Amino acid sequence: MDRYYSRLSALKCSNVKLLTICSLFTRQLIRKGYSMKKKWLLLSAFFAMAAVLAGCENPLMVLDPKGPNAETLSDTIIMSIIVMCGILFVVYVLYAYMLVKYRASKMGEDYEPPHVHGSTKLEIIWTIIPIIIVVFLSVITVQSTKEVESKPLGYEDQEPLVIYAASSNWKWHFSYPEEGIETVNYVNMPVDRPVEFRLYSYGPITSFWIPQLAGQKYAMSAHVTKIHLAADVPGSYMGRNSNFNGAGYAQMEFEAQAMTAADYDEWVNDVKNTAPELTESEFDELLETDFVGRQSYSSTHLEFKPAPEGHHHGTPTAAEEDSAEEEMETAPSSDADHFHHQEAEE
Amino acid sequence: MESHEQQFLILNEPMIVAAMISIVVGALSLVIGVTYFKKWGYLWREWITTVDHKKIGVMYILVALVMLFRGGVDALLMRGQTAMPENGLLDAQHYNEIFTTHGVIMILFMAMPFIIGLMNVVTPLQIGARDVAFPRLNSVSFWLFAVGAGLFNISFIIGGSPDAGWSAYFPLASLEFSPTVGNNYYAISLQIAGLGTLMTGINFLVTILKMRAPGMTLMKMPMFTWSILITNVIIVFAFPVLTVALALMTMDRQFGTKFFAMQDGGMDMLWANLFWVWGHPEVYIVILPAFGIYSEIISTFARKNLYGYKSMVVSMVAISLLSFVVWAHHFYTMGHGVMVNSVFSITTMLIAVPTGVKIFNWLLTLHKGKISFTTPMLYSLAFIPIFTIGGVTGVMLAMASADYQYHNTMFLVAHFHYVLIPGTVFAVIAGFHFWFPKVFGFRLNEKLGKLAFWFITISFNVAFFPLFILGLNGMTRRMYTYSESTGYGPLNMLSFVGAVGLGIGFIILVYNLYWSIRYSPRDETGDPWDARSLEWATHGPVPFYNFARIPQVNELDAFWHAKKHNKQLWSGPIEKIHMPSNSGMPFLMSGAFFAAGFCLVFSWWIPTIIFTILIFVFMALRSFEQDHGYYVSVEEVERIERELGGDK
Repeated sequence: MDRYYSRLSALKCSNVKLLTICSLFTRQLIRKGYSMKKKWLLLSAFFAMAAVLAGCENPLMVLDPKGPNAETLSDTIIMSIIVMCGILFVVYVLYAYMLVKYRASKMGEDYEPPHVHGSTKLEIIWTIIPIIIVVFLSVITVQSTKEVESKPLGYEDQEPLVIYAASSNWKWHFSYPEEGIETVNYVNMPVDRPVEFRLYSYGPITSFWIPQLAGQKYAMSAHVTKIHLAADVPGSYMGRNSNFNGAGYAQMEFEAQAMTAADYDEWVNDVKNTAPELTESEFDELLETDFVGRQSYSSTHLEFKPAPEGHHHGTPTAAEEDSAEEEMETAPSSDADHFHHQEAEE
Repeated sequence: MESHEQQFLILNEPMIVAAMISIVVGALSLVIGVTYFKKWGYLWREWITTVDHKKIGVMYILVALVMLFRGGVDALLMRGQTAMPENGLLDAQHYNEIFTTHGVIMILFMAMPFIIGLMNVVTPLQIGARDVAFPRLNSVSFWLFAVGAGLFNISFIIGGSPDAGWSAYFPLASLEFSPTVGNNYYAISLQIAGLGTLMTGINFLVTILKMRAPGMTLMKMPMFTWSILITNVIIVFAFPVLTVALALMTMDRQFGTKFFAMQDGGMDMLWANLFWVWGHPEVYIVILPAFGIYSEIISTFARKNLYGYKSMVVSMVAISLLSFVVWAHHFYTMGHGVMVNSVFSITTMLIAVPTGVKIFNWLLTLHKGKISFTTPMLYSLAFIPIFTIGGVTGVMLAMASADYQYHNTMFLVAHFHYVLIPGTVFAVIAGFHFWFPKVFGFRLNEKLGKLAFWFITISFNVAFFPLFILGLNGMTRRMYTYSESTGYGPLNMLSFVGAVGLGIGFIILVYNLYWSIRYSPRDETGDPWDARSLEWATHGPVPFYNFARIPQVNELDAFWHAKKHNKQLWSGPIEKIHMPSNSGMPFLMSGAFFAAGFCLVFSWWIPTIIFTILIFVFMALRSFEQDHGYYVSVEEVERIERELGGDK
C-alpha cells in the first residue's frame, strides 16, 4: 500500500510539472501573437493535453493505474508525452518564426529569395539529435517491455495465482485451476499477489485488457499467451476484449474485481460450496450461446478441454511449436511452475 | 449457397434501399443525359479508349473524389452512431460493415487512386516525356482499378459488404465466422484493383528510369518525381505480397484450404503477418508522394529552391527501406516476447529520423523565402504542425510496452488519421488545386478554396483530437455502441461535430470545382503560379503530345532557371511526333475481369470459367495485334501550337 501511495504522489508531481511547462509554452506563443490558426491549434493541443494529464478528479483510465505493471506503462506514457511536447515545441517555434518573418507581404516587391543548397552541418545536427532521442526512447521501451512481461515489480518472490482466460463469441471464461473453480464474464483476484493470466480463444482473435491493471494481449486459438499483473488496491475495474471479433464485440466486457485475501478466500469457498459443477456438455452449450450473464462453477473446463499449451494437447501444429519457443522466450522464469501445473492437470 | 441467395439483394435495411434507389436513379439519369446530348461517341473516343496519361490521371482523380464521398458518408454514419451512448442509428452488423468499407475505400479506392491520378498527370510532364513507357498498360491499370472499385462498392446492395475490418483478420474473416459473401468481395475486388496497381508500379518505374528528357540525371529530377520513383519501387515489392495473401484467402474461403484456419496446421497469425508486410509499406506508398507534392508546392510558393535536396532523397530512400522491416508493430500484443518487440520498436522509431529531416528541410526552405498563401500552400503549411502531432504520437505507439495500452484504442485511430489526413489527403487536395490549371487551363477559385481549407483543417482537429483522450480513457475502436456510464459521450459528440464540419468542407471543395468551371478566368500562360519544374514549361491545357519539342535539361528546376536567365529549353525545328493509338481492349478486358470476379464472389463456377477464358482471349488478341501507333505531322503540331498561343 505504501508503495502505491508514494508512486501516486510522484505521478501527481509529474503532472504538475507538465502542466506548468504546457501553460508556459502557450503563454509564450500567445504573447508573440501568432496567426489565429496557429494559436488555436496550439491552444487546443496544450489544453487537451493539460486536461488529459491534470484530470485528478476523474483521471483517464490508462493514466490511473492500480497495479505495478499498469503503473510502469503509465509512467512510460507520461514520459513519452513530455519528450514529444518538447519536439512539438521546437518544430512549432521554428514554424511560427518562418511564417511570421518571411511572408511575401513583409518582404517587399522586389525581394528575391536566395538560392540555398542546404547545409551539411545543420542536416547532420537534425539527424543526430533525433537519433539520440530514439536511442533514449529505445532503452526505455526495452526496459519497460521487459518489466511488464515478467512478474510485477515487488512481487518477484511470490508464487503467482494462475487464471486461465478463454474467449468465445462473445464471452470470457475464467478458470482457476488451483482453486478448481470457473467463472464467466467476471474475474476476482486477491490484492497484493501476482496474477498470471493465460489467454486463449475459442474462435477469432481477441485481446484481453484491464487498462488499470496491465496492458492488453491477444488471445488466440493455437496457443496460450500470458499477462502478468498484480493489483495494489481493492476495487472493481473495467475489463474487455479490445480486438474486434464480430457482432457482439461492443458488449464483450467483464468486471475484474480485486479484493483482500480474506474476501477472496471467502468468495472461493462460497463458489466451491454453492455453485454447480461444469460438465462437458454444459460447457459446449455455453460456447455456442452468444451472450450470457455472470456464471460460477465449482469445477473447470480445463479438465476435459485443456488449454492449447505444450506439445501433448490437441493437434501438434507448426504454430504450437513456435508458440512453445516463444513462451520460453517470454517468460523463462515461469517455466518451473508451468510444468508443475501441467503435471497437476494430468 | 442458400444463405447467399436468400440475401442476394439487401432489402431489409431502409438506408441501403434508399442508397440503392438513388444509385439506380443516378445511373439512369446519367445514361439518359449522355444519350440525349449524343455524347456516347465522345465518351468512347476521348475517355474510355484513351491511353493519354493526363486523361487517365483525370479519370483516376474523378473516381477518387466519388470514393471520397462514399467513404465520407460511411465516416459520418459511424461518428453519428457513436455521437451518443446507446444510439440506435445503426445496428452492430451495419456498423461493422461500414467501418470495414470506410477503411478499405479510403485507403485503396480514395488515397491510392488520387495519388496515382496525380502521378499520371504530372510525372511524364515533369520529366519532359510524351507519355508513359507503356500507355496501353496504363489504361489496363486504370480500368482494372475501376472495376475493382466498382465490384467492392456494389457489395453493399448485392450480397452484403465485408464486415471483418479493413485488415480482415483470420479466423474472423474465415467462412466459419463471416459466412456472407462480403469477404469474397473483399478478396476478389482488392485482387483485381491490386493487379492494376502492380502494373502501374512497373510502368512508372520504367517511365522514370528510361524516358527522362536529355540532361535530366537522377539528381536533377524534381522531388515529386523522386517520390514517385521510390513509391513505385515500394509498390513493386509490396503488392505481390497482397496478391498472394488474397489468393490464399480466396482459397481458404472458397476452396476449403486451411492456410489461415484454426485447426489442421493452419495459422491465423500468418494472415496478420502477410497483411502487414504489405500493409505497412502501403502506408508509405500513400505518404511518400504526398511528401513529393509538398516539396514542389512549398518551394514554389516560398520562391526558393528546396532546401537539402540530397538529404530529402536519401531520407525517402531510408524510409522506403525501413518500411519493410516494421510490420510487426501492428501486433506487438500477439505475444512475440521482449526480443522481437524491442527490435520492431527500434526499427519503427528509426523512421522518425528521416521524417524529421524532411520536416526541418521544409522549414528551412521557408527560411528567407517569400511566402505567398495560396490555397495549395495553405494545405502544405497546415500539414507541417498537424502531421508532426501524427508523427510524435506514432513514436509513442512504436514503444512496444506503451502500445499494450494504446493498441486497438481510439488513440490509435486518432494517430493514423493525424498521419493520413494531413499527410495524404491534404497533399492530394493541395496537388489537385496546384496542377488543376495545368490540365484544364484555369485555376480553381481561391476564395472558395481557402474557405474549404479552413473548414477542413479546423474540423479535422475537432473531429480527431478528442479521440486521443478517449483512447487513453479506455475506449476501444470498432465499438458500435457504449454505455453512458463510461463517460465517452461528450467527446464523441464533439468528434461528430468535427466530422460534420469536414463534410461541409468537402462539399465546398466540390462546389468550388463547379463554380470555377463556370466562372473562373482562363489562364493563357501555362504557368499561373510562376512555378519551377518542366510541367509548367508547356501550354495549359497541355496538348496531347505534351511537348512540341523535347526540352533539354541542364540543372534542377530547369524551367525556373530558363525563366530567370531568359534561356530557351529547346532548340531545333519541330519534328513529326510518334504517339500511341487508343484502344478499347483494356476497357473490354476489365469488363471481363469484373464479370469473372462477380461470379467468383458467388461461386458460380461455370460463368466464372467462361469469363476467365474471355480474359485470356483478350490477351491473345492483343498479342497478335499489329499496332505501331501513329505520327502527328509537323503541320498539325504547328497548327496546334499556334492555336494554343505560340511556340513552346
